[in-house]
Amino acid sequence: MNTTDLATYNFAYLDEQTKRMIRRAILKAIAIPGYQVPFASREMPMPYGWGTGGVQVTAAILGPDDVLKVIDQGADDTTNAVSIRAFFQKVANVAVTTKTREATIIQTRHRIPEEKLTAGQTLVYQVPIPEPLRFLEPRETETRKMHALEEYGLMHVKLYEDIAKNGHIATTYAYPVKVEGRYVMDPSPTPKFDNPKMHRSEALQLFGAGREKRIYAVPPYTDVVSLDFEDHPFEIQTFDKPCALCGAKNVYLDEVVLDDRGGRMFVCSDTDHCEDRCANGHRGHLAYNKEAAE
Amino acid sequence: MSLDTLAFAGGFQKPVFEAQAVFRTLMDCMARPGTIGDIAATVTPPRPLTPAAGAVALTLCDHDTSIWLTPALAASALPGWLAFNAGAAIADERQNARFAFIEKGAMLPNFCLFAQGTQEYPDRSTTLVVEIESFEGGRPLALTGPGIRTEEGIAPVGLPDMFPQFWAENRQKFPRGVDLILVAGDRVLCLPRTTIISVKEA
Ligand SMILES: [Zn+2]
Repeated sequence: MNTTDLATYNFAYLDEQTKRMIRRAILKAIAIPGYQVPFASREMPMPYGWGTGGVQVTAAILGPDDVLKVIDQGADDTTNAVSIRAFFQKVANVAVTTKTREATIIQTRHRIPEEKLTAGQTLVYQVPIPEPLRFLEPRETETRKMHALEEYGLMHVKLYEDIAKNGHIATTYAYPVKVEGRYVMDPSPTPKFDNPKMHRSEALQLFGAGREKRIYAVPPYTDVVSLDFEDHPFEIQTFDKPCALCGAKNVYLDEVVLDDRGGRMFVCSDTDHCEDRCANGHRGHLAYNKEAAE
Repeated sequence: MSLDTLAFAGGFQKPVFEAQAVFRTLMDCMARPGTIGDIAATVTPPRPLTPAAGAVALTLCDHDTSIWLTPALAASALPGWLAFNAGAAIADERQNARFAFIEKGAMLPNFCLFAQGTQEYPDRSTTLVVEIESFEGGRPLALTGPGIRTEEGIAPVGLPDMFPQFWAENRQKFPRGVDLILVAGDRVLCLPRTTIISVKEA
């Protein structure tokens, strides 16, 4: 993105009227957990696929005392995360960090940090498709009606078809949840591994979809339950081995190819979590080969 | 100071940062009902509206949000102040208001008289900013619901006796219904429509 012309813009890039509009939407979203509040999404100096919804939410809430962390697939150093972090350093002169526990605002794509979030923190999700019913019903007027009438039978039918076909629910990303027993919500394309972290989280969770012009929220201590069936209860992904670098168990792992002979290893997707564990002396079975792997 | 000059004075001194700070306090309080936030902004709206309620108005209201005022506020210099400092217009009907301001001591209308939103668009409802005397010393109320780990307690002074009943009716309409921003002095407490209020035995 082009950051050379940004110096003349307002604090956090957005004009005050846009911030007010987004702030009003955020308050309504918090008051109606899981409900998608329409908002007048603005053009941002980056393409839609870059998380403009999350960027607008962050820009509307961010203040000079905040410490911002940006992750993409669990990593702070991908192009998307680096660009968004640089954008906010430029337009808001905000302090940034890669450490989960130091951040007051964490903007994310695809992951929830492994470390438990706390009451002072706000997690801002970048959402491509906010409507969990969209693949069942393309018309917005109809999906609105389904949410209004709490008509979620079709969603259960779709999940059950999965079971009939595969013997289990095949959906592993953007696995639908029900919020506070009322609205079915898309948790954004996080792995279903992260769904339990949303349930009664101490942190405030805000979701921004730029292209689709929707903001929604999960307040702290709010029930977030993954849809399932009595005979097929919801299960998260499990991994056979711990992280090859830090030895962490019960975390989400990414596969890394080591060589062209089929060698590979599984490592923490949350890079800050992995580095923190390594710094504290935890070792996985390939820990000393990290440089060789890279 | 005449009424005319009053309308043009008393906005935020640093609009960008003060509005951000007030909003974050409101966001935290709306996300954690029962939490009391401080509003340290420097606005001076015409009486009888208090500075904290005025700061909420300038943080959230503009030409996209019509505002309902009580008869006393409507008769004060406030409409001109809101028009000049926020560009906001006054709503004739409670049903059409995005925000409503009720000063301390004024009669609190039943919440069902304000915009409730629709079942498809429950966000199209009124947010009421209500000034009260205090959050402590009154009848103890227990708060539960989203944003609250177990239970929060408040004891507001300055809400009508009927308040718990008004609120229960509001809660029953979920997802429709109004949200409340209570202001006492320079402190603020939010009650989103999800909060369940029960009267505690004293
Ligand atoms: Zn690791």
